[in-house]
Amino acid sequence: MKLEYFQMIDRVASLEGEAIVVESTIPEASPVFEGHFPGYPLMPGVLLVETMAQASGWLLLKLMAFERMPFLMGVKEAKFRSFIGPGTPVTVHAQRLHDGSGYAVTKARIEAGGKRICDAELTLRIMDFPAPELAAAMKARGQELGLA
Amino acid sequence: MASSFDRIADIIAENSEVERDKILPDSHVINDLGIDSLDFLDIVFAIDKAFGIKVPVEAWTQEVNAGTAPAEQYFVMKNLAARIDELVAAKAG
Repeated sequence: MKLEYFQMIDRVASLEGEAIVVESTIPEASPVFEGHFPGYPLMPGVLLVETMAQASGWLLLKLMAFERMPFLMGVKEAKFRSFIGPGTPVTVHAQRLHDGSGYAVTKARIEAGGKRICDAELTLRIMDFPAPELAAAMKARGQELGLA
Repeated sequence: MASSFDRIADIIAENSEVERDKILPDSHVINDLGIDSLDFLDIVFAIDKAFGIKVPVEAWTQEVNAGTAPAEQYFVMKNLAARIDELVAAKAG
């Protein structure tokens, strides 16, 4: 993970049907941990949501052959069950629950050491790429992840 | 079973701040009920699940924006219910 660049996904472990499993390691050091919290560094819950959204996003990008872009627009039933700190490897599971017209709904969770850290239901709006640079960047990163 | 109108009105009341008794057959979902785009997608998701269909919101919006269909055809409650009935019938074949 590179928290300052919002790059939350390190590698794709598997993608089968409408479900993806990705792996990442929370960095040992980041300015984020200087504020959250001094003397007790914790991965912020909002960044855990972002991580689940990105796993969902890569899944949807792959299912749509990188032709359209998913944007996070709703988070429901988010539960943060355990603290998680720097240097922790995590596994992120995301599954498409519903393929709507112009939107998709996913269910995602993060685990560390076999223990559930958090989970949520996410709604993503599906749009045409608003900029060619974004489409190119997503495809390039998708190729690095073995998805594009 | 409740009518499609009643089922959709119940879904709207459950997924927005609109009171159920304010939702009438001639209510425009956006102009009269004030449903915003985020709440509307939640409502569409609930309709998709409840009726087992995929409401073609993108195609409807494109038609309205292109001027090939009036917004009322899709977004006035009684017409929305009729469109849902058509989608359910089409799926049943």
